[in-house]
Amino acid sequence: MLTLRFILKNLFRHKLRNSLTIVGIAVSVLSFGLLRTTVDAWYAGVEASSATRLVTRNSISLMFTLPVSYEERIRAVDGVTIVSRGNWFGGVYIDEKDFFPNFAVDARTYLTLYPEIQLNEDQKTAFLRDRKGCIIGVKLARRFGWKIGDPVTLKGTIYPGNWGMTVRGIYTGRDKGTDETQLMFHWDYLNETLKKSSPRRADQVGFFMIGVANADVAAITALAIDARFQNSLAETLTETEKAFQMGFVAMSGAIVAAIRIVSMLVIVIIMAVAANTMAMSARERLGEFAALKALGFGGGYLALLILGESMALASIGCALGCALTFPAASAFGSAVSQFFPIFQVSTLTVTLQGASALVVGLVAGIVPAWRAQRIGIAEALRRIA
Amino acid sequence: MSVPTAPAGDGSASPAIDIRSVSKSYTRGQQIVPVLQDVSFHIARGEFVALMGPSGSGKSTLLNLIAGIDRVDSGSILVGGVDITTLSESELARWRSRSIGFIFQFYNLIPVLSALENVELPLLLTPLSARERREHAKAALALVGLSDRLDHKPSELSGGQQQRTAIARAIVTDPDILVADEPTGDLDRVSAGEILDLMAGLNANLGKTIVMVTHDPRAAERAHLVRSLEKGLLIDDNGGDGGGNGNADPALHP
Repeated sequence: MLTLRFILKNLFRHKLRNSLTIVGIAVSVLSFGLLRTTVDAWYAGVEASSATRLVTRNSISLMFTLPVSYEERIRAVDGVTIVSRGNWFGGVYIDEKDFFPNFAVDARTYLTLYPEIQLNEDQKTAFLRDRKGCIIGVKLARRFGWKIGDPVTLKGTIYPGNWGMTVRGIYTGRDKGTDETQLMFHWDYLNETLKKSSPRRADQVGFFMIGVANADVAAITALAIDARFQNSLAETLTETEKAFQMGFVAMSGAIVAAIRIVSMLVIVIIMAVAANTMAMSARERLGEFAALKALGFGGGYLALLILGESMALASIGCALGCALTFPAASAFGSAVSQFFPIFQVSTLTVTLQGASALVVGLVAGIVPAWRAQRIGIAEALRRIA
Repeated sequence: MSVPTAPAGDGSASPAIDIRSVSKSYTRGQQIVPVLQDVSFHIARGEFVALMGPSGSGKSTLLNLIAGIDRVDSGSILVGGVDITTLSESELARWRSRSIGFIFQFYNLIPVLSALENVELPLLLTPLSARERREHAKAALALVGLSDRLDHKPSELSGGQQQRTAIARAIVTDPDILVADEPTGDLDRVSAGEILDLMAGLNANLGKTIVMVTHDPRAAERAHLVRSLEKGLLIDDNGGDGGGNGNADPALHP
């Protein structure tokens, strides 16, 4: 207990210096946590993807569409249990800064294929009955204050014109990773409108979403689908939903890598700051260490004092940083919800925050502790005299 | 590994400290500076010895060697029958914790700990329980007249009180030998007198062997025996070389 008291009293010997170091560690841990959560948010779509779903798109790029007639031929492939279709609509509500993802989908098959989209039966029925109806995620509803029955008009960017629709359902996500910021409306509404306004763009699908019996047959099924459309005018590329989502993440791979590097740098910088604090503290206590050694305390005890102080410094900073991460992530997540619909601090992130603080504490204390162990008693006493 | 113990026998007859042909030098850059040259003498149990001499004479170095916080170049030092020059660093640390009490010129108390905690500190190296440690520390502080200052930090104590706390810390483990390096060097005359009275009392009443380095003739007067050093050589009070047999040197006891 005396040793523990000694360590804690040492910790607050230079209140300002150590408080600033603790604040520095807390800010670093917080930054590390937020940056890691940002990376996690980038991968949220990948994490939320199902192993029993495939996505088929034009093999050239997502910008190119596929004929709707492919749907029946895909359905006929062995292993396929259900096929749905969708188009990225890219509509804007009021202004571009009010961005949210919106898709035209085949509602009935889509809701079957995506059971994580939780909609009560009444709303589901209302949505399926109303061809100009749409469903929105609960976060999106909260963001714009939309309620069931509210009219929503999207300004088409890919498909010009004003697209009026009515909110028929507000869904919630079954899983933590389910995106609750999307708007889905009927693909038929899009297609029938296109038939009138630009017939050449009608009957074209952006991507097919395919359900397979189990994950084991996914790869074979994907190959079979693509084989079916080989040498056609619109060849397909079929991949698992996870691979499909990863394709989007890969587009911003450099940014993600940069964020990862910065999150590590933050820890390295604070390591240097904490090491400097501990080196200064140890240097100032040279005489005390010499006296303790003269009294019979070994180098191990001095190392315990220094590393204990260093670890306590890092632990307090870490606890503060971790505690701040949750409200900060919540506030940051709300501010950037249109870009990162899922912004949640994971258990792994908190564990890594703790581990990084542990490393900071150890590294900051190890050199001063080693020096204190090697201190010559007579020489140190002579120097302070 | 345990610290070797003194051979059984008549303890009162053997010297507490036996210094045999000790030499010590320091290296400064390329130069080797001899500090002690072939110094031999012994100190009997229960003796109060003052080491005097001008700055650089080697008296503090000799004290450090006796206390086992520095190493000899050659020669040997037997303390209570133990040749401390043969001990490893860890053995030496254990030996110091049991056998030596330190009194420093600048007290060297831990500023963040109270007087009681400072005195309790060396007892962490003993198997005593926390309660026993506190009781021992309180008793030591009572012995130096600081029972009413247990919770005071060093900065809240006068110089004399700090040195008394340091003396309590030195005696709390009940070592046979106290080594004091200029214990009154940082104190006013009144406080210095009180500290010397206290040390004399510890010597007279508890039988502690005391080796004290001092520049102050008044402090030296309190010792039973004064050994003088000059340029690393032990001299008698006539200025002759006393390196051979310290016991032949005259005492300056009043």
